[in-house]
Amino acid sequence: MTDRPDPKPDARSPTPRAKAADVSQVLHTPPPSPAPADDDLAALAARHGLTVSGARPTLPEYVRQLWARRHFIGAFATAKLTAQYSQAKLGQVWQVMTPLLNAAVYYFIFGILLHTKKGVPDYIPFLVTGVFIWTFTQTSILSGTRAISGNLGLVRALHFPRAALPISFCLQQLQQLLFSMAALVVILLCFGVPVAFSWVLAFPALVLQFTFNAGVAMVMARMGAKTPDIAQLMPFVLRTWMYISGVMWNIDKLTGKGSGLPHWVAPVLKANPAAVYIDLMRYALIDSFHAHQLPPHVWALAIGWALLAGVGGFIYFWKAEETYGRG
Amino acid sequence: MAEHPNDPRIPTVVVDGVDIVYRVNGTGAGRGSATAALNRMLRREHAEKAAGVRKVHAVKNVSFVSYKGEAVGLIGTNGSGKSTLLKAIAGLLPVENGHIYTDGQPSLLGVNAALMGDLTGERNVFLGGLAMGMSREEIRSRYQDIVDFSGINEKGDFITLPMRTYSSGMGARLRFSIAAAKDHDVLLIDEALATGDRSFQKRSEARIRELRKQAGTVYLVSHNNKSIRDTCERVLWLERGELRMDGPTEEVMKEYEAFTGDKSDKAKPKPKPKAAAPKVPQPS
Repeated sequence: MTDRPDPKPDARSPTPRAKAADVSQVLHTPPPSPAPADDDLAALAARHGLTVSGARPTLPEYVRQLWARRHFIGAFATAKLTAQYSQAKLGQVWQVMTPLLNAAVYYFIFGILLHTKKGVPDYIPFLVTGVFIWTFTQTSILSGTRAISGNLGLVRALHFPRAALPISFCLQQLQQLLFSMAALVVILLCFGVPVAFSWVLAFPALVLQFTFNAGVAMVMARMGAKTPDIAQLMPFVLRTWMYISGVMWNIDKLTGKGSGLPHWVAPVLKANPAAVYIDLMRYALIDSFHAHQLPPHVWALAIGWALLAGVGGFIYFWKAEETYGRG
Repeated sequence: MAEHPNDPRIPTVVVDGVDIVYRVNGTGAGRGSATAALNRMLRREHAEKAAGVRKVHAVKNVSFVSYKGEAVGLIGTNGSGKSTLLKAIAGLLPVENGHIYTDGQPSLLGVNAALMGDLTGERNVFLGGLAMGMSREEIRSRYQDIVDFSGINEKGDFITLPMRTYSSGMGARLRFSIAAAKDHDVLLIDEALATGDRSFQKRSEARIRELRKQAGTVYLVSHNNKSIRDTCERVLWLERGELRMDGPTEEVMKEYEAFTGDKSDKAKPKPKPKAAAPKVPQPS
């Protein structure tokens, strides 16, 4: 019945195991398996230099593999970004519309209803910068949490360093932020904020923030892969983080006279990474946001947070590399 | 019957007493799965069953060795652990017990998960290729071949339309074409041949044979007995996670067809597999 007679029936005997010689006649009983002594097969594998499938590579090797996949990381991020609005009638216009609408909502609540703008010059640029920069960190961390658990199909079908996923998601958010920044520049100019040389500082600030975001995203990706419930919890954690990071108000005002809060609260809040990156961007872009409003040693803080999260998060993620997509 | 130390054949995949167990959360029956979840968190080790974690023992104590140049078919009824075993060989699923040793990195033939329906076929070719680890230049040089092979453009310029607008057959053809564009050491194919119309099936079988020449070893999971017969000379039969039979294609297929009630062999008494003879590794 086969069109090809078996060429060399003998060559087959695949294993030392007594194979299916005695195929069991009964469905439910396993074939009595005279399984070969474990060392036999292990020794055979060792003699021919076979390696354990799916073992975790060393850290330098992992970095090398990740670098080799950089084009995939970029293409995946861009593809996600493009696919996001491809069904909408307005299409890519939403890239700019979404952050603007977000800022408008916060302006309505905090600027008009709650009068948070009291005492903040250039409140709208202040608020919009804060919202955009915060959104970058927030969405990076949120999508990082789901990077593995939400892409199990991909993880279970293809080989690539899994860190490519959280990094790719952060890159997607960075691209999204660049659209927002274009909108932000228009807003700044509309509200009479002058173009200044300090705008150049936005670039190192963004690089550092991206590193920080990617690091935290990798930490969350590992935790989210093991315990998917974390994805339910993160929105609350992030919202709390947002309110204490001075996205809509000036932290200095929070602990002013009569607030009843101890005076160390403000410096601590201002040293938290989200606030550091937000304030750096405000300082870079808005002329009425002065250097004395920044926490002391702000660049050291920004670099420190980026390195701590970036390197720590990467190693933490790599440590569980072989477990992703399993179970 | 120990294996001969001077066996000339080069093993590419060694599967050594492998068990694979899935754990499924949230199967808690009836009363309050919230308490069950709490229970699970508190007594992680012991309370798995009570707390609604079910273990599915998908592959049970399977051992075999495959060699360079072999094409191995994996057969068995639905849910018998074929795909699971394939994923474990690819290193994508952990084994509970035992070990799997491989020569190089076995790859599953499949990029479905990397593709996005909202993107054009063209962009998906690049995305899928990058996901499989090809370089941009490699993809560019093979792009036309991939598109021609898939036959997507036979009826007009469809490659520049989003993939979600493709018919299911067209989508499957493009996915196979992308996946088959790369050369692999150990190639694992899961039911890939059943896609598309007859002319496309012929093309894909030819492509599989080509891939097999370049690859060290090919594994094929399929419910299509004909494509197993056409492609493989050795077959592993898994049933309920156990390796029920391992031998030359025709012998195993005969048994399998009798088991599943295919063809007319049903009535025939099961021939005792005379696999005993080929079993003994021939002295080299």
